[in-house]
Amino acid sequence: MYTNEQLTLKSLQYRHNILRWIKSAGAGHTGGSLSCIDILNVLYNRILNVSPDTFTSPDRDRFVQSKGHSVEALFVVLADQGFYDEKELESLCAYQSHFVGHPTRKVPGVEQNTGALGHGLPIATGMAIGARKDNRNFRVFTLLGDGEMAEGSNWEAAMAASHYQLDNLTAIIDCNSLQISGRTSEVMNNEPLAEKFAAFGWAVSTVDGHNLTQLSAALAAPLQAGKPSMIIAKTIKGKGVSFMEDIPKWHHGVPSDEEQIMALKEIETAIAKLTEGSL
Amino acid sequence: MSAPAPSMYSPKAKQTAENLGLSMGKANLEIFAATLQDLATQDRHILAVTSDSRGSGKLAPYGQALPEQIVEVGIAEQNLVGVSAGLASVGKNVFAVSPACFLTARSFEQVKNDIAYSDNPVTLVGISAGVSYGALGSTHHSLHDIAALRAVNNITIMSPADNYEMQEAVKAAAQLASPVYIRAGKAPLFNLPGNDPFVPGRCRVVKDGQDAAFIATGETVIHALLAAEHLQQTAGISCRVISVPTIKPLDSAAILRCAQECGAILTVEEHMVNGGLGEACAAIIAQSSYKPRFKIMGIPDEYTVTGSQADIFRHYGMSMEGLAESMLRLVNN
Ligand SMILES: [Mg+2]
Repeated sequence: MYTNEQLTLKSLQYRHNILRWIKSAGAGHTGGSLSCIDILNVLYNRILNVSPDTFTSPDRDRFVQSKGHSVEALFVVLADQGFYDEKELESLCAYQSHFVGHPTRKVPGVEQNTGALGHGLPIATGMAIGARKDNRNFRVFTLLGDGEMAEGSNWEAAMAASHYQLDNLTAIIDCNSLQISGRTSEVMNNEPLAEKFAAFGWAVSTVDGHNLTQLSAALAAPLQAGKPSMIIAKTIKGKGVSFMEDIPKWHHGVPSDEEQIMALKEIETAIAKLTEGSL
Repeated sequence: MSAPAPSMYSPKAKQTAENLGLSMGKANLEIFAATLQDLATQDRHILAVTSDSRGSGKLAPYGQALPEQIVEVGIAEQNLVGVSAGLASVGKNVFAVSPACFLTARSFEQVKNDIAYSDNPVTLVGISAGVSYGALGSTHHSLHDIAALRAVNNITIMSPADNYEMQEAVKAAAQLASPVYIRAGKAPLFNLPGNDPFVPGRCRVVKDGQDAAFIATGETVIHALLAAEHLQQTAGISCRVISVPTIKPLDSAAILRCAQECGAILTVEEHMVNGGLGEACAAIIAQSSYKPRFKIMGIPDEYTVTGSQADIFRHYGMSMEGLAESMLRLVNN
């Protein structure tokens, strides 16, 4: 088990890697990858019983990344989990690469092909029903974007998950308040999300999506027996790189050479500070 | 109240069927449901997933006999397909059953991404396909489904023409570890002649002949057969009749044999002429060295006429008489 400090260090390293691979590919969804990376960090390092050795087990936990555009976060974490050598990300988005710009099962460790929004929650709901049918105890997790909540299919699945009392299903919304064209509240307001899911029959918990302790506590077990769990993770798009934070253009912005140096330096400084402190 | 729907078969067509010794079977939807229930009784991993469509899918007896093997999602077709994908990915053998019009349009993106692209081996059963719903109108017609799914990688399209083909299609789909779409109508169907077994990806010769060929699929095959028999008797024209129970992948060898051996080919489908079986055959033949006379019969690209399935078939020349007349014109052209 990792300590909080070790996980904090991982988050910084993941952020560094995300930026490096996006820069090397010349494309990527920077802001959203940086906003959801702490969630993926806690999931893969503390919660999911998933590893390269267990990935074909029918009893493994399932993770479906519905906000598929934040694929760089997922690819960096899967590399760290040992599903493949991180160097393979040199081919990210390149001709004939299986590292497509959205998750596909051609990449080891990816559970489902995603990228079109509003698909993950229905799929995860089906997985959770399947677990029940076979009396299996695995848990199913899906990560959604807040802009994505405008897709009607999410609400179809929200209804079904509650109808079937799927407490083996946990959805997490990376609630970074932004989407491609601006503030979610202005593009299409979906608040109050917590109240909406509660009204749909879900158990809801709102946490700081960059606080590893809060995330760990919320994800450790279903929130309530007989209800699917909704974790509303309040996050900051572009988190960890001050000039990117909460700025819509970093949805899929690739840093210039100068910006990249600044961004990496900020993270390296944070890493140095953390590791010095622990020495 | 409107008058009862006119019979699908004219007195002359009924007589022709009688001459051929054809027996009347059941609606393919009933065969689908009964076959699935048989299979599900033997395999607890088989699940039917419905969108308030258990009644229209003839699955009420299935649901009563196997309550643990049916999942209801309510009137939510996108969720129907997404949930089915998730169930398949954790090892269930899933049949997602919903009216073809909704299943292949409302949830087309889920079919494309969650089933086909993700290779989740779900069988989609499009019930009351084509113009089965008749006068309920275009919202309930699926005249786009073959064209739409032909343009999606990694899905087999099956369109059974009689009870035998439907039973075998359901069995084959349950075995296949890849996505399948099955088109099911709700009109009672004649049992077709012919000794060719149902093999996924293969055409079946329903009647042999050399002068011309009907290449038909689904509920239109019987009308092509009757037209062929009628032409044999009235004009001495020998027509081959090919049933195409698998539209994708298409049995190009069988299509090319028709092009090589028969001077005229007429394709028939309960689908818009754009992007369906006829255009698929045309593409195969145009890229070969054969140059048969060729015509596509189906629903034209227009506001579909109001009427029962029988009315619509007759209106667009897909009854025995209409098809015989079109073939005669094609042969004498
Ligand atoms: Mg967002």
